[in-house]
Amino acid sequence: MVILTVGLNHTTAPVEIRERLHLSGTALPPFFERLVQEGGVNERLVLSTCNRVEVYAVTENPEHAQVTIPRLLAEGTRTPLALFEDRLYWHRHDAAVRHAFRVAASLDSLVLGESQILSQVKAAYEVARAQGVTGPILNTLMTRSLGVAKKVRTETGIGEAAVSIPSAAIGLAKTIFGELSGRTVLILGAGEMAEVAVRHLRGEGVQAVVVAHRHFDRAVEMAAQLEGRAVRFDQIHQELLQADIVLSSTAAPHHIVHRADVEELIRLRRNRPLFLIDIAVPRDIDPAVNEIDNVYLYDIDDLEGVVAGHRLAREREAEQAELLIDREVASFLRWLKSLEVVPTLVMLRRHLEEIREAELAKALSRLPGLTPAQQDVVRTLAHGIINKVLHHPTTELKRQSVNRDGLLYVSALRRLFGLQDDD
Amino acid sequence: MDVIFFYGALILYVVGTLAYLLLLWIKGGPLSQLGTAATVGGFALHTLALLARLIAAGRPPLGNTYEALSFFAWATVLVYLGLELRFRRKVIGAFVLPIVLLTALAAASVPKGSAVLSPAFRNTWVWLHVTFVLLGSAALALTCGVGLMYLLQERQLKSKSLGVIYYRLPSLDFLDGLGHRALLVGFPLLTAGLITGAIQSQAARGQILMWDPTQLLSLVTWVIYAGLLQARLTAGWRGRKAALLAILGFSAVLATFLGVSVLLGRPHTFN
Repeated sequence: MVILTVGLNHTTAPVEIRERLHLSGTALPPFFERLVQEGGVNERLVLSTCNRVEVYAVTENPEHAQVTIPRLLAEGTRTPLALFEDRLYWHRHDAAVRHAFRVAASLDSLVLGESQILSQVKAAYEVARAQGVTGPILNTLMTRSLGVAKKVRTETGIGEAAVSIPSAAIGLAKTIFGELSGRTVLILGAGEMAEVAVRHLRGEGVQAVVVAHRHFDRAVEMAAQLEGRAVRFDQIHQELLQADIVLSSTAAPHHIVHRADVEELIRLRRNRPLFLIDIAVPRDIDPAVNEIDNVYLYDIDDLEGVVAGHRLAREREAEQAELLIDREVASFLRWLKSLEVVPTLVMLRRHLEEIREAELAKALSRLPGLTPAQQDVVRTLAHGIINKVLHHPTTELKRQSVNRDGLLYVSALRRLFGLQDDD
Repeated sequence: MDVIFFYGALILYVVGTLAYLLLLWIKGGPLSQLGTAATVGGFALHTLALLARLIAAGRPPLGNTYEALSFFAWATVLVYLGLELRFRRKVIGAFVLPIVLLTALAAASVPKGSAVLSPAFRNTWVWLHVTFVLLGSAALALTCGVGLMYLLQERQLKSKSLGVIYYRLPSLDFLDGLGHRALLVGFPLLTAGLITGAIQSQAARGQILMWDPTQLLSLVTWVIYAGLLQARLTAGWRGRKAALLAILGFSAVLATFLGVSVLLGRPHTFN
């Protein structure tokens, strides 16, 4: 029984190929069916997202599956095999387990630590389980993958630091203000970045949006879009008294907010903190403003720097996550090994023979008068009972083990007799 | 008996403090549980220690330097655990537990006998004085720890290079608000402590000020906190300056406490 993963992702294939191989919805049931009929696969699952298409399979005959799965993928998506064959990666056994864990934990994602993949894995698993195409091994693999992903999320900081400019700015705002609900944001000038940022901020519960623009009609237009209020540019000092967050992106060729203005402002605000985000080039706000207490000024380079730092932070956390995954893979492989039929039967026999030896020794010591021939009879009797008792379960277990539910018998047997690995 | 409990608590505080400090760098479920478990366990043993002494001595365990330091440490842990329960911010522990540990270590290093009690303790006011001062100090210890956190986080934001600690520390708003609330609790208690101390001094010796170093330093402490509160309430002081002043104020508390009582070996004994 081998776990096999075959697939391609954003590092091995461009989007034109990934989108052609996308497998979902009604295309799945016939694909699953053919995997059994032609691929000789016992358990299967498809994970198809915009960044990856992967088939997880459990099979007795990996060589055969390795040839069949790409062909079925090609036929199932009507894509020439030659187009993607050399972009596929293969993982077997422990490598496949590790891959599943890494994917779910977002260590294999385009944006390290992104959280979407977790729900995508969960959805893929639910689809496969609903169609009854998974079995004990993939069920456990997927449940464990989800568990590992959650563990990685809580025990490392991989998903904490924001890795886009708007979300980094929001992270900073939250570090200054705590909750953002009820806060006011003032937009100076226009621009796509400002609009994106406002949408993010709205999502965080920011209450009031005020837009100021050199051309008042532009301000009105933008305020309507952002469900905010438009003000004339010469009134911004009044608005600066109220605002918590200021987003500046005007086309002014020089500073429009000076240090002395802000010093005065912060005095009038009675030190209420002010977060200034200057995404204009050339800059709108005098950088020296950042030196004032309770004022925090970030320009576009500062934000880029924060994002770069956050990426590094995620990479550091990813190293921790890999260690965690090493441990989880080892634990999964131990579980997998416990499902193998032959070692289980060997253990069962050894277990019964230990009992036989102990009981024989006890019985013979109570029967000192027996001749060697009589002792042999007793020994043969004990031996015979063990063999007779074991005969049927052994053949039945071997027969069942090729079926999908066979593993259940193995694990039940282990539990009933308390069989445990020596290592 | 009570001293054994106290040492047990001390050991658990060491474990708890280390766990909380490590949590600044390492994010970890087990470590974070260890920090809380050790601190709660230490607090339980510490409570037993105080109760055992209360029963054995037949009076509140506030009669000498050891008992005072021990009670202060206990009250600070109580305040911290309340906060952890309320806000689930274990990072605060990394800044408050070291204060607890240092005071508990100081308590461990002074004589612990409960036999000799200053004659001043025959007066009821002195018990009130000590209780108020110690409870107030526990709240002010929190303003100090939180102030330190504020300064660190503010440094991160101003310098624009965000280290590991940036992700662990709460927001400036939270820290400033918490520091302010702790001050609003601690300052009245401290004031009540000084007033009851003055009443006791008047009753026992016929004069309010003995000009001993403890009295002088506690006046300095009070003036610092009064200034901080005044600046916060009327001038709208907040943030970095308020945090700096809170740290200065608590340094004065510690100087009053440890400096005079322990280092100079001249306990403030009211006689």
